[in-house]
Amino acid sequence: MTAQHLSAIEHGFQSCEVCGLLSRPAPGRDDGQCPRCGQELEFRKRASFERTWAFLIAAAVCYIPANVLPVLTTTTATGRDSDTIMQGVVLLWSPTGWPLAIIVLVASIMIPSAKILALAYLLISSQRGSIRNNRQRIRLYRVVDFIGRWSMVDVFVDTFTAALIQLQPLMSVEPGPGLIFFAAVVVFTMLAVESFDPRLIWDGAALHEVTHA
Amino acid sequence: MFNQPAPDSSVLACPHCDLLQRLPQLAPGASARCPRCARELRRRRVDSFNRTLALAVAGTLLYVIANTVPMLSLTIVGRDASTTVFGGAQHLWENGQPIVGILVLLTAVIAPAAQLFCMLAITIGSRRSSVPQWVGTLMRHYPTTRTWSMIEVMLLGVLVALIKIADYATVIPGVALFVLVALVFVLAGMQASFDPHEIWQRIEWADEDRTRGTKPMATGETA
Repeated sequence: MTAQHLSAIEHGFQSCEVCGLLSRPAPGRDDGQCPRCGQELEFRKRASFERTWAFLIAAAVCYIPANVLPVLTTTTATGRDSDTIMQGVVLLWSPTGWPLAIIVLVASIMIPSAKILALAYLLISSQRGSIRNNRQRIRLYRVVDFIGRWSMVDVFVDTFTAALIQLQPLMSVEPGPGLIFFAAVVVFTMLAVESFDPRLIWDGAALHEVTHA
Repeated sequence: MFNQPAPDSSVLACPHCDLLQRLPQLAPGASARCPRCARELRRRRVDSFNRTLALAVAGTLLYVIANTVPMLSLTIVGRDASTTVFGGAQHLWENGQPIVGILVLLTAVIAPAAQLFCMLAITIGSRRSSVPQWVGTLMRHYPTTRTWSMIEVMLLGVLVALIKIADYATVIPGVALFVLVALVFVLAGMQASFDPHEIWQRIEWADEDRTRGTKPMATGETA
């Protein structure tokens, strides 16, 4: 079990995240350059936990104004009306429009919050060196990585709604102050996923196997 | 300072769990997965170069069309309005949301262009038997352009906006909208036919003492 289940780090090998080449740093060093593609190599992404936490906390902070402040302001002859993301979902809800309302609800409200919670769980469990549910955790990481970009959908909805409805004085739509916070949530969670090194999920397992060898 | 390459080039570590393993010989079209975390480690593509280049050229043409003609037009009580992808970003820039405007421009215009440019240059540059280092530099940045290129997400957003606006006005989908749908499929096909490992095997090494890549392996095996 242990002989075959060893990580590259335990053999002193670094694998290049750009070209995939396996190489060994000079004796006594823990960084170097990939001899094939020239990429700076380290055993694990630099300060992965700290950077991921930083982006995640920034995303969580922006999440509140993103949902409280209006993302669109509609001006008609009768007055002004501001909508938050949730109000936008409610407006879309109609006998014909409900599938789109669900898409926006999932992409704008559920995915960002689920992503923040999922990344926090991955960070905490990996920092504690947990070896439980490793396969489920790596699957969770891949799902978070895959679906993250779809949260941008509401930014595009608001962009093109505002760009098109410019029929002054009849009706016009302008982007609201919540939009930048919402975009920030999406960008910060994407950067958090990029900074997280999935190999950290398994490092606890590797140490466990070594100490019990 | 350059690292010492592993003596056996078929041994690699899984990028998702760091498990050391030996990669089996793969037939064209076959793929290998990590036994511990099931991450796909390598997939050999059939006729990768020609297909990727053809799709990159097609994608570039579609991209140019998609960004020059209107995407959505609208008619309401005798008044018309239309917008392009660029126009959407520009409107945000001019209406108090410059940062979101830049983000839209980046994800819907700049990143897809960079993605197509990288792929064109990579496929053309790697036609030589010995692939120059600059191709490797482009291949390092290619995944970033892919992460931030969000045409498919934008299309879903446009669809939602279209149906929202349809309540107030008559919306006419423009040519660019259909071209963008085609572009999404072309980009997906380009990605699916691209085989980076095939190029890495032929690239000139950054560590010039080990040029041609095969040398360190050969000496390692005979030693």
